[in-house]
Amino acid sequence: MSPSTAAAPLLQVRNLRVEFPTRRGTLVAVDDVSFDVAPGEVLGVVGESGAGKSLTGAAIIGLLEPPGRIAGGQVILEGQRIDDLPYEQMRKIRGARIGAIFQDPLTSLNPLYSVGRQLVETIQTHLPLSAFDARARAVGLLKEVGIPGAETRVDHYPHQFSGGMRQRVVIALALCANPRLIIADEPTTALDVSIQAQIIALLKGLCREHGTAVVLVTHDMGVIAETADRVAVMYAGRLAEIGPVRDVVKNARHPYTRGLMGSIPSIGGHAERLTQIDGAMPRLTAIPSGCAFNPRCPQAGVRCSIERPDLMRAGPSRAACWLYDSAGVGAPAAREAARG
Amino acid sequence: MADAVTTTSGPLVRLKGLKRYFDVSPPLLARVIERKPRAIVQAVDGIDIEIARGETFSLVGESGCGKSTVARLVVGLYGPTEGSVEFDGMDMQERRSAAEMSVIRRRMQMIFQDPFASLNPRWRVFDIIAEPIRAFGLANSTDEIRDRVNELLAQVRLTAADGSKYPHEFSGGQRQRISIARALASKPEFLVCDEPTSALDVSVQAQILNLMMDLQREFGLTYLFISHNLAVVYHISTRVGVMYLGRLVEVADTQSLFRRPRHPYTRMLLDTIPDLEMTGRQRAPVAGEVPSPINPPSGCAFHPRCPHANERCKVERPNLSSLDGGSVACHAVEEGRLPMEERTYAAG
Repeated sequence: MSPSTAAAPLLQVRNLRVEFPTRRGTLVAVDDVSFDVAPGEVLGVVGESGAGKSLTGAAIIGLLEPPGRIAGGQVILEGQRIDDLPYEQMRKIRGARIGAIFQDPLTSLNPLYSVGRQLVETIQTHLPLSAFDARARAVGLLKEVGIPGAETRVDHYPHQFSGGMRQRVVIALALCANPRLIIADEPTTALDVSIQAQIIALLKGLCREHGTAVVLVTHDMGVIAETADRVAVMYAGRLAEIGPVRDVVKNARHPYTRGLMGSIPSIGGHAERLTQIDGAMPRLTAIPSGCAFNPRCPQAGVRCSIERPDLMRAGPSRAACWLYDSAGVGAPAAREAARG
Repeated sequence: MADAVTTTSGPLVRLKGLKRYFDVSPPLLARVIERKPRAIVQAVDGIDIEIARGETFSLVGESGCGKSTVARLVVGLYGPTEGSVEFDGMDMQERRSAAEMSVIRRRMQMIFQDPFASLNPRWRVFDIIAEPIRAFGLANSTDEIRDRVNELLAQVRLTAADGSKYPHEFSGGQRQRISIARALASKPEFLVCDEPTSALDVSVQAQILNLMMDLQREFGLTYLFISHNLAVVYHISTRVGVMYLGRLVEVADTQSLFRRPRHPYTRMLLDTIPDLEMTGRQRAPVAGEVPSPINPPSGCAFHPRCPHANERCKVERPNLSSLDGGSVACHAVEEGRLPMEERTYAAG
């Protein structure tokens, strides 16, 4: 199923803000993040550690760990606002309408129950099926995620599976109730490359079949490049750029994205040195004023350190950078100011 | 280098038939009562490598293939079960006096994967970097030590003021710089780098890789680089060895290995790398997983996953045989059953 622009968005995130109140003041981990996910679309969310990508995913499914909280904005699933729902109602949505896959398959499965029992429990929580039918569905799901000998494996415990197989079980769990949306947080990070390829192909295939949309949170641009339809690049809790995957990878607009892409070593290249972005991402306690990237940006002007840019149209993508200010008072002017 | 070191013209490091087995058997009582057999992990099972001066030799492979064990064997953190490690023509297993050993040890250092675990959290950065200088007696006065530490900090692009801080005040990338400064403190010729960038973000990884390449050029260092990331390996290496279940399956110079991979496992690994160039393209996922090294498959360890395996592969273990400058351990290649395959990459 290809995402059509005409279809109403499945998920709308509007001005999402996630805060952590601490003794030394409030830390803003996700700041004014907005994006849509169309039905059946795979949206990749990338960024380096601490960029707020995982928290964005956690905020969508309402699994922020206290003291983290949604301090502003809305999360709208199929037209219904879900960020302010009471706990019990949100529980019904999780699993039924939004599935979740986490990084470490060993910690997302209960080691004391067989995988079959965990699947059946989830199925019966969300679907009106008898124990017998639920078990049949569990076996069917395990078959679907490519676990050989599903009829016997269903009674095995998580430790009896390898890492790749466990992640398949987690995917089966996420698909139990046929959710319209899956939040996958670093689903392949703990796996070896050859297994990673299997899991990505599986996830992609299943979502296409079921028409499930995926928000794929990862730091691995390679995985995003071959899986996602669109990419959102995050930096210091903000969206730096969002656009079709091909444009963001091949023709990045935001200076940060450009630096990020250049720093990925690629096979076949002849570059002696990798492009490097000097410095490191700011800590949440010391986010620079204006554009958060300005101290590291080779193209930063005066305006960049004063005024924070919103997402602006930049070719087929949108980038939060004054270089693309359509009013024409953006970076060219800023650059001149910096020169003079 | 500072000391008068006898340098031979041969390779700097030579591994001969190196083996390391680990005994992971259940306790004796359990073996007697429950009749459980002994269990031996053949982590490294017969490896021959020669590393020339000034080159970067990389070992790649999936988790559990024994690449980190090789790194530890080379620097002497493990003793080999069989075989030998020669450094500059000297057999490391020979009995020597502590003083003689210390002369050899000074010439090799190691950088570890996790910069959070490999630095003592209760020491100031200055003392961490000064430790090898003091241990090997490379400086005579405190002033000399301070100058040397400041020089090292500058070499890894940190400032002298950073010396008075503690490791927790630094980010992952900065900590890895401290590890590198510590490794360089004894003026080594040979650095063993065990996944030095896999705990880092890509933009920081680029900084560290660039730094390592600069330092290599500046000091004529030789690297043994362990990684599972093929793109990083392509970028930094002169030659590459591919490991599978404790054995080398292919060794070749970087360009040949990536352009004309011979061994089916190497080809599989190359097929599975997610690459930016492959946008929207479907990777051919490979079936199966790495078998347990406690019970490796008979014959060629890769045969259960290999699309070209035949009866011979199941029975007879292939040995590395040289082929056009590189070497491959595969019956199919040797018999000419496996056609050559040229790979092109979009120049990035």
